[in-house]
Amino acid sequence: MNILVFVKRVPDTESKIKIGPDGKSVVEDGLNFIISPYDEYAMEEALRIREAKGGKVTAVTVGGEAALVILRKCLAMGADEALFVKDPLPESYDGLRTARIIARLVTARFPDFELLLFGKQAVGDDNSQVPSMTAEFLGIAQANVVVKLEVEGGRATAWREVEGGQEKVVLTLPAVISAQKGLNEPRYETLKGIMMAKKRPIPEVSLEELGLRGEDAAPAVSVVRVEPPPARAAGRVVAGSPEDLARQIAAFLHGDAKII
Amino acid sequence: MILTYIEIRDNKIKKASLEALGEAKRTAERLNIPAAAVVVGSTVESLATELLAGGAAKVFILENPAFGRYSTQDHAQALAELAGKIKPLAIFFSGTALGRDLAPRLAARLGAGLASDCTRIAVDGGQVEYTRPIFAGKALLTLRLNTSPQLATLRPNVFPVFPPATAAGEVVRESAGVPADRTRAEVAEIIGEQGGETDVCEADIIISGGRGMKGPENFGLLRELAALLPRAAVGASRSAVDSGWIGHQHQVGQTGKTVSPNLYLAFGISGAIQHVAGMSSSKVIVAVNKDPEAPIFKVADFGAVGDLFEVIPRLRDEIKKLRSE
Repeated sequence: MNILVFVKRVPDTESKIKIGPDGKSVVEDGLNFIISPYDEYAMEEALRIREAKGGKVTAVTVGGEAALVILRKCLAMGADEALFVKDPLPESYDGLRTARIIARLVTARFPDFELLLFGKQAVGDDNSQVPSMTAEFLGIAQANVVVKLEVEGGRATAWREVEGGQEKVVLTLPAVISAQKGLNEPRYETLKGIMMAKKRPIPEVSLEELGLRGEDAAPAVSVVRVEPPPARAAGRVVAGSPEDLARQIAAFLHGDAKII
Repeated sequence: MILTYIEIRDNKIKKASLEALGEAKRTAERLNIPAAAVVVGSTVESLATELLAGGAAKVFILENPAFGRYSTQDHAQALAELAGKIKPLAIFFSGTALGRDLAPRLAARLGAGLASDCTRIAVDGGQVEYTRPIFAGKALLTLRLNTSPQLATLRPNVFPVFPPATAAGEVVRESAGVPADRTRAEVAEIIGEQGGETDVCEADIIISGGRGMKGPENFGLLRELAALLPRAAVGASRSAVDSGWIGHQHQVGQTGKTVSPNLYLAFGISGAIQHVAGMSSSKVIVAVNKDPEAPIFKVADFGAVGDLFEVIPRLRDEIKKLRSE
């Protein structure tokens, strides 16, 4: 099975987000960056499928040079190959543009792919757009927010999370799957894997080499501003006996908040 | 025209879709254009009246026996054909599991930019501006879409439903076929839909537990409390989920769900930054924690310093009393 996994470099979830002086971006200095957690589930799933069925796993990222470190992590986890698509634009919050780049890459370089794995969203832009958009551009099926996956004989069965339950979807391959927490427990890289990944050259491809220029790579999104969320006014904090606390909470919910 | 895709479940219109339609109507009014709704399904025409009352001047009915069960490709194709005919300025979806699956597929088909999970929509200088949380709510991004049409998903529980008016307007039936290659993805089964728990994204009230719950057996206390309240769901912090105490679908925070309920009741949750990001847009936050220094108290409207195991049973009695009054 020929599997492609798409990964993104994002600030870790404990990061405090500071707004840049232009009021349109996030300050990256001082942040700790990781592979987006949902992409890690996608990566792990790809490795498990390969271990069961054989084949090849290629990890791909679209972004700046700094993203190479997460491709090295993928190699250390066990990916066979990594490919870096160099994008001169900083974060544009535009899923359509990224999906166009990915679809073009897949058509040009991976015509025999069978499975495309993504995280269900990148932590940060929180868009949840690229997997479905890529599937549409390639004219193939999709299953998003997948918590269980089985691949057998040209078909995939995916259990996807929906409100209050799950949907079991049967897809003809090739297909796009986006991973949700719960799909698996990602492995840690081994020391040997890390050492090996350090030495591996990672091929690079530019947007021009994919034949993308001008309008193809123009964002569909214009950022107007990035701002901090409205601060919550400090509330009341009380102590007391359990009876007293329960009564006070109930009184607050009934009287002040008018919820109960 | 601003078109809203209406989601149907058990032959009823989802509340989140009426919220999206309400915001479409308000936005359309600011632009001096009409708002419309589209329903895709097997037999859905009877739902049109409710949509005309809910803000739509026009309701498009796309019926096909094959549409009874949701398929991303079928619905995307039907909507793309309609969009080609009526050329809407924008198409709104509710930010539900279905909306988040369908909207990007349609966006790619139409070459349209998409604003995901919007919590505010404004008009400035004749341009629609979409505001949405990024980093699970640690920052807000306001954007414009440079495409025609513009697509947006709207977070459930944020926008008010349009006050029901007299149902006046037009119902338009459009023919709708299915794509030739529609066997590519089929929903084989829906598991746990009937009588399933309320999802945290759709709940009006979330009763949430963290590390202070001490073990999986104690989440029953939260479920009991949730059962007493309308449209209430049980939530959890990452540490509770990662300890295996409760399923990840309950997780609130940056690697879980970002929620905006009317009430978020946090028990034994310290308030890690990634958790607070996911729930700080709740309308009212109440926290119970043993530790008076817990960061959760910085965002809570009402905080109680105490032992949750002693407070919950008593709170349950107080709520029962209030509910019976």
